[in-house]
Amino acid sequence: MISRRGLIAGGAVTAAGVLGPHRSERQVIRLASTEVTPFHGTHQAGVATPPQAHAVFLGFDLLPRTRKEAIVRLLQLLTDDAARLTQGRPALADTEPELAATPGGLTCTFGFGPGLFAAAGVDSPVAALPAFKTDRLDKRWSGGDLLVQVCADDSVSVAHAVRMIVKDTRSFARVRWTQRGFHSPTRRNLMGQIEGTGNATDLDKAVWIGQGPLRGGTTMVLRRIRMKLETWDAADRVAREFTIGRRLSDGAPLTGAAERDAPDYARKNALGFPVISEFAHIRRAHVADPALRLLRRPYNYDEGLSAEGESDSGLLFACFQADVGKQFVPVQRMLAEGDLLNEWISAIGSAVFAIPPGCAPGGWIGETLLS
Amino acid sequence: MFVRHALVLATAAVALTACAGTYDPAANAGAQSTATATASAQAAAPATAPAAGAGLSITDPWVKTTKKGMTAAFGTLVNNGTAPVTIVSGASPLSPMIELHEVVDSGGKMVMRPKEGGFVVPAGGTHELKPGGDHIMLMGVTEQVRPGAKIPFTLQVQGGQPLEFTAVGKDFAGGEEDYQPGHK
Repeated sequence: MISRRGLIAGGAVTAAGVLGPHRSERQVIRLASTEVTPFHGTHQAGVATPPQAHAVFLGFDLLPRTRKEAIVRLLQLLTDDAARLTQGRPALADTEPELAATPGGLTCTFGFGPGLFAAAGVDSPVAALPAFKTDRLDKRWSGGDLLVQVCADDSVSVAHAVRMIVKDTRSFARVRWTQRGFHSPTRRNLMGQIEGTGNATDLDKAVWIGQGPLRGGTTMVLRRIRMKLETWDAADRVAREFTIGRRLSDGAPLTGAAERDAPDYARKNALGFPVISEFAHIRRAHVADPALRLLRRPYNYDEGLSAEGESDSGLLFACFQADVGKQFVPVQRMLAEGDLLNEWISAIGSAVFAIPPGCAPGGWIGETLLS
Repeated sequence: MFVRHALVLATAAVALTACAGTYDPAANAGAQSTATATASAQAAAPATAPAAGAGLSITDPWVKTTKKGMTAAFGTLVNNGTAPVTIVSGASPLSPMIELHEVVDSGGKMVMRPKEGGFVVPAGGTHELKPGGDHIMLMGVTEQVRPGAKIPFTLQVQGGQPLEFTAVGKDFAGGEEDYQPGHK
């Protein structure tokens, strides 16, 4: 039997909690959870949108004999779901409408793989990536006809949107993979490095496509990059910083004082060797022309531990670029040929998608490509 | 005294919570559902088919997908007029036999049956058609309703213009109440 005294004492605990230091924290949570990211517009949200805390990437394969007419119906349904849920409104026939009220900056971003274009009888503007010698690709994380990237600062909002999207996709496609990620406001990955330094800033040149049916859209490369954290543990800080070419403490290049300082690739040390190694990650990945830079929007993943305590962790490296062949492929080739970091990372999944432009109210994602 | 203090504290906390605008799930849920109803009514306006002169419309109409046989259509009827509107019957090319249904408790079991007098939408009010509640029942459906399909409907209004609209096909697991015909 629950005693009256116990109940009252419990009430006291609750009261202390509300009055205590958590108050402002709770206010912040509330503000974040009701935040809304616009859905309609020239571009899809979830590309230039600052990364939210949680992400789920869904890769679907269309069912056999799913042709253009069905694909259009699917995209109309999914566009409607996204247009409502991102604005904090329940989807049509939503069985958990209460979960839609706190979108937490929810974005749902759609991408089409080569297989979707083939099924629709339309020439594909994207193709699978060439093979790189460092790839260790697993089919279960690669390819896919349709991508839905679902991101929000509220993990329940993400789960609800994913469920609604999966329910509406079930008659048309099967889930090929689900990749879950998380992002820290510090931008640090699980190796401790700061991600996103030197990202593309001139999006009209580097990211958004300026002409053709994909005008206002872009392309996405999604690479599942496994980190070998157990061997990374054995590398000391000097080795780690030498590998990247940046300091771990603040992300500054080894030749600079702050994260945003331009690396000085010509500077040599007392022994005459480059301060930033010829094989340092940032030198291999460096793109001089701002119009050719990638917009990286990575999420960490951490899928738990083996019985021996070894981690299954890494990076869901999502990047956006106007032209995969001119922007992503040359950088990846440079990295594959001689990045010191390859000792501790390998790509185990890979997929490429065309990201259609956004749409106006009443329109649907993909209308410029499939109409 | 401890017990008394605790009670006072608890009361103070509730009061503070409300004043300071901290997160209160209960209060928040209420505010949200009101806002949501308003927002969805406005946002869905383009999909709304106005009834000539009657001020009657429907927002978010959808129909449950089916291969054949029975299915149902849902949505929120909105009456912007100054008099109540009564919907007496429905029609769709999908089905030769459409009834306006309600779901009632019959000996502990939820069953659906024709609603006597049809659906009444109050002046300046709404009437929700939803799974487990009032709905437009379609019987003898011979053509598959696919997800995303656009299905035309017409609702006959007593003494007024019919309301025409298009409902979208949605896969939906619920709304499987037993049919109890012959209520009239």
